Amino acid sequence: MLSRREILLLCGAVTAAGLPFGGMLREASAAPADAKKLLAELTGGAEQQQDGVKITLPAVTDQARHVPMRVSVESPMTEQDHVKAIHVVAERNPTPAIASFHLSPSNGKAEISTRIRLLQTQVVVAAVEMSDGSVRIGKARCKITGGAGGCG
Amino acid sequence: MRNRLHVKVPRTAAKGDVIRLMSKLNHPMESGWRKRLDGQVAPKSLAGEFRCLLNGREVFRADLESGTASDPYLSFYVRVEESGVFRFQWVGDGDQRFEAEAAIEVMG
Repeated sequence: MLSRREILLLCGAVTAAGLPFGGMLREASAAPADAKKLLAELTGGAEQQQDGVKITLPAVTDQARHVPMRVSVESPMTEQDHVKAIHVVAERNPTPAIASFHLSPSNGKAEISTRIRLLQTQVVVAAVEMSDGSVRIGKARCKITGGAGGCG
Repeated sequence: MRNRLHVKVPRTAAKGDVIRLMSKLNHPMESGWRKRLDGQVAPKSLAGEFRCLLNGREVFRADLESGTASDPYLSFYVRVEESGVFRFQWVGDGDQRFEAEAAIEVMG
């Protein structure tokens, strides 16, 4: 049986040597570039503006399996000017896609809440498709503390 | 009981009001990444399609991927102009289907 001290030393050695343990972790989490590609696919590559989208996430949480998230978009939600879709992507999850929400003028207010999983501390991105074809982006960072992430 | 479906709809509203609707489904939402105690990876199984209809007309739809937490919960808004019945549908992998209805009375 290993003592606590020995286990800690071993963990340190494995991390320092960059052995398969560390490699596995990297493999399981996608790179932000994948998320960018996914966002481009979801939004059809339209030019992205950076205003009017607000993501609310806890700044720090140890409950990575159930992270409450609210996305709200400034929009009058009329026939002429409304939100068509909200795509949410987590850059460093093994599968970056979180969800897509489809809205219409009958929603009256462009705001949704749900709970998401985050593997590690990262930036969550929401890409919002507007009725005029433009795309708006909102970002929020959430720090995950303690234990394993929410995807395993 | 597994797979219980909860919905929350106000009983009454004024014409033109924007009301908040909520729905939660008890479902494991297996991401396909989780390892079970026996070391095997739990196969992916999601309740990935959510739809809300008012009197048969779709008012909100969501495609949920594996980044959505287990026991998925959704809240969204709808402007109501007439009384009617909200229908909440969750469709999952392997022909899982969960539905619930809630009526609303719109005054004025």
